[in-house]
Amino acid sequence: MKLDRRAFINSSAATVATLAAPRVFAAGHGKPHVVVVGGGAGGATAARYIAKDSKGEIAVTLIEPTRMYYTCFFSNLYLGGFKEIDDLGHSYGSLAAGGVNVVHDWAIGVDREAKTVALASGGSMSYDKLILSPGIDFVEGAVAGWDLSAQNAMPHAYKGGSQTELLKAQVMAMPEGGTFAMVAPPNPYRCPPGPYERVSMVAHYLKANNPTAKIIVADPKDKFSKQALFQEGWADSYSGMIDWIGSEFGGANVSVDPAAMTVTIDGEETKVDVCNVIPAMKAGHIAELAQVTDGNWAPVNAADMSSKADADVYVLGDAAQQGDMPKSGFSANSQAKVCANAVRGALTGSKVFPAKFSNTCWSLIDTDNGVKVGATYEATDEKIAKVDGFISSTGESADLRRATYEESEGWYAGITADMFG
Amino acid sequence: MRWHIQTSLTLAAVLSAGVSWGNEFGDADKGAKIFKQCKTCHEIGSDAQNRVGPHLNGIFGRHAGSDPEYKYSKSMDRAGDDGLVWTEQTLDAYVENPKALVSKTRMNFRGIKDATERAHLLAYLRAFSDNPSDIPEAAPTATATNHDLDPAILAIQGDPEYGEYLASECLTCHQSSGANDGIPGISGWPTEEFVVAMHAYKRKLRPHPVMQMMAGRLSEEEIAALAAYFEDLE
Repeated sequence: MKLDRRAFINSSAATVATLAAPRVFAAGHGKPHVVVVGGGAGGATAARYIAKDSKGEIAVTLIEPTRMYYTCFFSNLYLGGFKEIDDLGHSYGSLAAGGVNVVHDWAIGVDREAKTVALASGGSMSYDKLILSPGIDFVEGAVAGWDLSAQNAMPHAYKGGSQTELLKAQVMAMPEGGTFAMVAPPNPYRCPPGPYERVSMVAHYLKANNPTAKIIVADPKDKFSKQALFQEGWADSYSGMIDWIGSEFGGANVSVDPAAMTVTIDGEETKVDVCNVIPAMKAGHIAELAQVTDGNWAPVNAADMSSKADADVYVLGDAAQQGDMPKSGFSANSQAKVCANAVRGALTGSKVFPAKFSNTCWSLIDTDNGVKVGATYEATDEKIAKVDGFISSTGESADLRRATYEESEGWYAGITADMFG
Repeated sequence: MRWHIQTSLTLAAVLSAGVSWGNEFGDADKGAKIFKQCKTCHEIGSDAQNRVGPHLNGIFGRHAGSDPEYKYSKSMDRAGDDGLVWTEQTLDAYVENPKALVSKTRMNFRGIKDATERAHLLAYLRAFSDNPSDIPEAAPTATATNHDLDPAILAIQGDPEYGEYLASECLTCHQSSGANDGIPGISGWPTEEFVVAMHAYKRKLRPHPVMQMMAGRLSEEEIAALAAYFEDLE
């Protein structure tokens, strides 16, 4: 391992010598440098763990454009009135206090040969290991009639923050007896139960404030995550309010007109008051720019989350194509710890332990009515493979559902503490 | 739900293994004498009331933490919500070592290590349960199982460095600060209690499905490593 380190220092000195561009991070101090792009559940966790566990042996920079991170997980609870927007916001101050160099900037390019990341502010930054955790972007043209310029008229609200607030404002402004439409995404996408938890939370709000309103969901899929649990809950709590149109009833054949506020499902046009368009997804754009994607996602090795295209680049969370894990904050956080352990081992010779992954996704259907699904995973040569799993049952007691909701709140506090310190 | 399935599977396995049930009945009269040490806190029989502990009439088949008149510990409430039901098997494990089954139970009792004594006690308690007919004949006392962990498992010295890595998986939900809302804190948990509890999940004696899954894939060494790490985490 010492040899590795020496070899690394040599190559890093060579990199410094050949670099002409201005560098945000002061190099030449002899420490290996890890650059993390994206400060969500994957990136923040990886940055924090590497900084914390290397005890100063590795310099860690996190590049993240926003100053406050608004979690996408739990944003549906804000739509339902169970959380305030401030409950979802987290500052990067504690990461900085934990030794991470937090740079609020956009990463706009990666030169994998020179091992540098270009920044929107004009500088560039060299790395020994690069961790990309950029989350998702939307596939252009995925929903006929919709593009990003229409995101104010028809919000996706599938990245945390202002989009979530916009969608909530629109739901609150719906006329009495109005219609909320959702265009659900095809697989694979971020947070498989997310659209259906959102439907539940919007229904919860409408039931209390606008009980004659309707919800239509056009879905390109013929089944979805926790379907039996959601449909049981919808029948019990929101009877007659929610019309889910799966692919066999034309749910995949959808177009929207943001100017006219209409949705056309299988040839039938409907005037709606709110339209939440959640288009097909792909890896965050920087993964494409770094040329580590194959199709929409970035393939990785299961043992350490390294890119199949480049051993010095790692891809975490939603952007990664890794096998069986769902795209979720929990998964990203889990993958980040495996990655952090491997990166630290590669750069300092610390012990690398075998990869272990897990995920649990809680969803809220109605007040004190929480459900969950989860699994454990291991790394095989081929992919991250599922080992064991469980899902809540239909017909569970009210006590258990309440306990499950309380557990989800405990998890939220836990994972955000784990991400930011 | 899962709990019931598990229990009945266990019983089925015992039955098909051809274990003789009838010969290992506890003796309720002997159980009455053993119950004297419980009486400081628990009443049973006609006019039994909740005292320091809940009354024990009808304990077989009762959902843990379910008497609305009694104020249980948070741990017991959680165990009940997770699906813990008092059966021969769970009562036996609980009486043997209360904290192995319900970490922060208020039942301040060291436990009865002797399986035969427990069988006598359970035979006595069973006589005050409303629905012993719901329980397979002789089941309350016939399986004098020993839930005690092999001392060799408890003696394993965990590798704290490995424990720190493994613990990162726990810390997604269990806060290192020890915060106890919604999800219990596990920092500073004494090693032995930690190991016993993880093995209780692994054996599906403790009911929580996430924890059964997480503990289920941990080896004995990994559990020891985690215990070593969390004991020192303040």
